[in-house]
Amino acid sequence: MFLTKKEERILEGEEGEAKALAMRLLVAIGDVYEARRMIKVHSAQISGVSYKTIGEPGLEFLREFTSRGAVATVKAMLNPTGMDLVRWRELGVPVEFAQKQLEVMRCFSKMKIEPTCTCIPYESNGNALRGEHVAWAESSAVIFANSVLGAYTNREGGPTALASSILGLSPLYGMHLDEQRVPTHQVKVKCKLESDLDYSLLGYWIGESLGSNLPRIDGLGEAPSYDRLKALGASMAASGSAPMFSIRKKADRRRECETISVDREELLQVSRVLSSEHEFEHVCLGCPHLSLEELKVIANLVSGRKTVKRLWCFTSRHLRNIAERRGYVRAIEQAGGRVVCDTCMVVSPIREMGVSGLATNSCKAAHYLRSLNRIRSRLMSLEECVGYGLS
Amino acid sequence: MDSPRLEMNGRKVVAGRGAGEAIVSKRAISFFGGVDPRSGIVIEQGHDLEGRSIQGKVLIFPRGKGSTVGSYVIYGLRKYGAAPVAIVNIETEPIIIGGCVLARIPLVDRLDRNPVEAIRTGDWVEVEGNLGRVWVTKQ
Repeated sequence: MFLTKKEERILEGEEGEAKALAMRLLVAIGDVYEARRMIKVHSAQISGVSYKTIGEPGLEFLREFTSRGAVATVKAMLNPTGMDLVRWRELGVPVEFAQKQLEVMRCFSKMKIEPTCTCIPYESNGNALRGEHVAWAESSAVIFANSVLGAYTNREGGPTALASSILGLSPLYGMHLDEQRVPTHQVKVKCKLESDLDYSLLGYWIGESLGSNLPRIDGLGEAPSYDRLKALGASMAASGSAPMFSIRKKADRRRECETISVDREELLQVSRVLSSEHEFEHVCLGCPHLSLEELKVIANLVSGRKTVKRLWCFTSRHLRNIAERRGYVRAIEQAGGRVVCDTCMVVSPIREMGVSGLATNSCKAAHYLRSLNRIRSRLMSLEECVGYGLS
Repeated sequence: MDSPRLEMNGRKVVAGRGAGEAIVSKRAISFFGGVDPRSGIVIEQGHDLEGRSIQGKVLIFPRGKGSTVGSYVIYGLRKYGAAPVAIVNIETEPIIIGGCVLARIPLVDRLDRNPVEAIRTGDWVEVEGNLGRVWVTKQ
């Protein structure tokens, strides 16, 4: 790929070892994907933050990278970490795990990366604007940025997003190019979607059916809310690897594409595979992290009542602070629930925290809880989950 | 009798040279959860390399899969002395590229012959990452 004189000098190490390593990585990726050149990015969002996933090898790398002088040069944010950074003791996180996790956080802090610790940076002081190029790693944020926000990002990994945060660059290929952002398949939705869970199930089915192909989804009716699109994209990016979907109402005449149809039966089939009928003692909401609107809904549902099961509501610290001022946090916690920040049920050491199964509204969570944690989930809509926690 | 030395040409992905005994898999590898970084032993259940070590070998497999955290596992393999000396893929992807850059492991792909068919476990393989070239001496 073409490199500017300055980029060449970085590659040769003139601006330090950390930048040279970051450049070697991005150039290797760029060459493989036949990128013409680098493009400047406005922000980077880095995954691989929880000690549970990166483990000792990841921590070793972060230590070394930090010691070589790695510092972010653009707005840089983090995906959820392995625990609530303030209330981890109260939530039963083992001390040894917490110590490692705090060391991971110190490495990122030295690199001047903001401890946003959320999968919804776009609602937590880290938005991407229409037409902006960014380098984000969280798959649900990538698909939301491309599809809903109109920003441009490839589905980065932890290391490539970290490299982009140091250099402020990303190789120009894939989703950064308009000609690659055209739907390849049409999905006709033949049933009426009633709840947030329906959107999550639909996304999961599309991801399973289309893999990395880009769907255009028809038949969703009135413009779905941000929260529903968040649920749709998150599960699609978990069961498949699409970085983008579109929901244009008008048929796209630029390109003929293959059409697949989905009805209630397909959604029930996904639910039958992912959802358990067992009774569980925990209800976990917030995969992806809960929005203010969702926190408000939960607060209204539990206000003045008492939870019987453990209700954990995961969100970003940024949104929790706002929710606190609006009284949502008090309503949920007085009812016995917890508004947990910085982490989620998927990346925290949830077994060690005493959870063996849970109710949730997220197919993405159910998918990863099963594959990474061997934990079963019972799928219900957000309202039903809260009701389950109260009964 | 001397064994013939077969040359294959492909694409340079990560520079460097490495030579060793081949260990060949016909299946994609997820380094995250699939390989123990301290021992270099493949631990993915049901994988065709399950229980085998990749330490000091030239690792040949179709492509990476799974979480991008896998790059850090490859870095860890190097740190703990359990890394392969080179990697050859049919068609590589960012998890393996990231790991090989961080761990300085030569990586080539897109050879003019399918490496998982043409190379057998135990063959002697030399990888020249800078040229994207591989030489195989059948055992």
